[in-house]
Amino acid sequence: MIENLHLWYIPLLPFVGFLINGILGRRLPKWLVTIAALLAPLAAFVCVLNAVQSIYFHLGSPYAPRGILGYGINGYVPLPHIETCPLPWISIPALHVDFSFVLDQLSLVMLLVVTGVGFLIHVYSVGYMKDDEGYARYFSYLNLFLFFMTVLVLAGNALVMFIGWEGVGLASYLLIGFYFSKKSAADAGKKAFIVNRIGDFGFLVAMFLLAANFGTLTFTEIAAKLGMDPGWNGGVVTVIALCLMLGAAGKSAQLPLYIWLPDAMEGPTPVSALIHAATMVTAGVYMVARTHVLFDHSPFALSVVAIIGAATAIFAATIALVQNDIKRVLAYSTISQLGYMFLGCGVAAYSAAIFHLMTHAFFKALLFLAAGSVIHGLGGEQDLRKMGGLWKKLPVTFAVTTVGVLAIAGIYPFAGFFSKDAILYAAFLQGPNGKVLYAVGLLTALLTSFYMFRLWYLAFMGTSRSEDVHAHESPVSMLGPLVILALLSICGGWIGMERFGAFLAPTVGARVAEAISWRLLIPGTQFSISLEVLLSIVAVLIAIEGWLIADRFYRRKPTRPAQWAAAMPGGYKLLANKYFVDELYGATVVKPLLGFSRIILGWAVDVGIVSGAAWLLGGLAMFTGAILQRWQSGNLRSYAAWLTAGAAAVLIFLLVPWTTVWPASMELVWKVAGH
Amino acid sequence: MNALLSQEVPLSWYLLLSAALFALGVVGFLIKRNLITVFMSIELMLNGVNLSFVTFAHQWHAVKGQIFVFFVMMVAAAEAAVGLAIIIAVFRARATLAVDRIDLMKL
Repeated sequence: MIENLHLWYIPLLPFVGFLINGILGRRLPKWLVTIAALLAPLAAFVCVLNAVQSIYFHLGSPYAPRGILGYGINGYVPLPHIETCPLPWISIPALHVDFSFVLDQLSLVMLLVVTGVGFLIHVYSVGYMKDDEGYARYFSYLNLFLFFMTVLVLAGNALVMFIGWEGVGLASYLLIGFYFSKKSAADAGKKAFIVNRIGDFGFLVAMFLLAANFGTLTFTEIAAKLGMDPGWNGGVVTVIALCLMLGAAGKSAQLPLYIWLPDAMEGPTPVSALIHAATMVTAGVYMVARTHVLFDHSPFALSVVAIIGAATAIFAATIALVQNDIKRVLAYSTISQLGYMFLGCGVAAYSAAIFHLMTHAFFKALLFLAAGSVIHGLGGEQDLRKMGGLWKKLPVTFAVTTVGVLAIAGIYPFAGFFSKDAILYAAFLQGPNGKVLYAVGLLTALLTSFYMFRLWYLAFMGTSRSEDVHAHESPVSMLGPLVILALLSICGGWIGMERFGAFLAPTVGARVAEAISWRLLIPGTQFSISLEVLLSIVAVLIAIEGWLIADRFYRRKPTRPAQWAAAMPGGYKLLANKYFVDELYGATVVKPLLGFSRIILGWAVDVGIVSGAAWLLGGLAMFTGAILQRWQSGNLRSYAAWLTAGAAAVLIFLLVPWTTVWPASMELVWKVAGH
Repeated sequence: MNALLSQEVPLSWYLLLSAALFALGVVGFLIKRNLITVFMSIELMLNGVNLSFVTFAHQWHAVKGQIFVFFVMMVAAAEAAVGLAIIIAVFRARATLAVDRIDLMKL
């Protein structure tokens, strides 16, 4: 008898919060809204901790489990722990889909991140959104997001995951367009939704192919079927994996579908932190890790993932170099870091990618929330050029931002160092092509370090570049989560890749572990260092180099950025305008599509065919009605006459022996005609 | 003459009478203007049909025809009750019973 962990509590609790605030929010007093909004994620987090505790208890205790925790065979809950709704969802001969949740090491890590960071951001939002009119609406959306995100994470099959997948897209849309009276915000929401649809199309096609070829959508069954038959290679598996990657690229803002994420910064800043940095955008990475068996059976798809990841990482990092909006810098850095995660997935280092996902959730949520604190403190100012010298006025924000910057830059011993290093190391081991990926990753690390320290110098160092700034530090409800996230950004990586990888190994495989253990003898000494340590040292040196360059550019020689921009006007323009990708898409996709819609679909199909058919039918009915209405005169005797005529016609039809009369009459006609 | 009298009336005579009654009813229904006359024409048609029923019932020694006649008479009675009530209501409202003037589905 395997114990029931009641996994469905975890999504249900935020959903209850959503219902309370969504339906009653406007009528409830504010403190009650706050309590409902905070209790929902907190309770979900506690549920997750309860699950962790039960599993830890079973895995780690020498004595027999007892009491409410129940027990499994030999006293532990075997992971993956699957809970299925007793009623089947889809049950046809070719396909059986249950509403099932799965708890394994992978979903456990994600759940902890989603509910934990989610709770912190809820707390932060209480301070940040304090004076907003849509306070209850905001929290209901945020709870709705947590509901769908936990469904996505817990999903035991692709269809349940798709519910969460679409749901977080909906929540994201609602929150990006939260200030819907602002046109740019409404447009950004639409853009995010539409671009995500393209990715969702890939996910859907992948599901259809899975159902057609494997007859199941359950992750464990797909893995089992693939494992049983080594013949599954290339072919349809590659197509499925690439379609999944298309979905992941849409959700996780990878090339070529990343364009929605920078615009998504129109939403409130805590939303950017929770949805567009820490959790939702990592759903693509999670999905790839969840379906990794498919990718493992298709080297081609894997290399596509790696190339997309590396290309996105460096592409977004170069754009981030010259952005002046503090949130846009962070948005592009998020895209770049997600590229790292896909690079990790692409070299089959899924646990490294998930590790980076986790640390990134900590430090990027921290950075976004700190940026929110800055924006809050400056009364809505987001332009880096108008900041400066804030370290005195916002000491706590400054301190936590410093931690975040050090973490994302990959300075030892902050969280980002460990995870980024694990990905780069895994890439380096991946044959000759891996060296190229490694080099791209390293260059990205340099750029990352540079633009993050650029942000740091511009916002906090030097002197204020704007007179009318009366900065004030944020309230405790905002600073508390910041400090906790800062601690996590420092310590989050200390668990170490070996332990983290070993923990995740049952779910995502352990291909990272097959490290080459060659050691480099340092010339002239007795000491040797392993490859991993050597690469780590290189990575840290690169990060420090980025810092030094930023230091030279933005502290010691503040005129230099302008000089460089003037020296390379073309390059600067290209970067400042984000490679004109939006313009390119506008010209090649959006405009033709709009034109096609307007002329073909609008005029020809809608006005011409659809509307024309409606008018034709209506006209026909009116025409026949106009004729037939003369019949219905209301005159009783005319009705009676018609009735009699009809009865007579029926009688004649029945009584006349047509078979004999008809030929005879025809003959008569023939003769009369003169033959 | 005796022989003629002792013979039964042939079937066709009954049927001809029945058809004549029915035709009279139809013609009356079509040409008369007074609502009560129209109503009486309907009764005439019904009774023409009744005569056919009885004739065939007698001819084939089947009681079903007789039973049907009872049904028809019952329905005719009910119809007469309802119909006359309507006619009275119409007359009260319109002060006329000319069917050509009664061409609306309301009083």
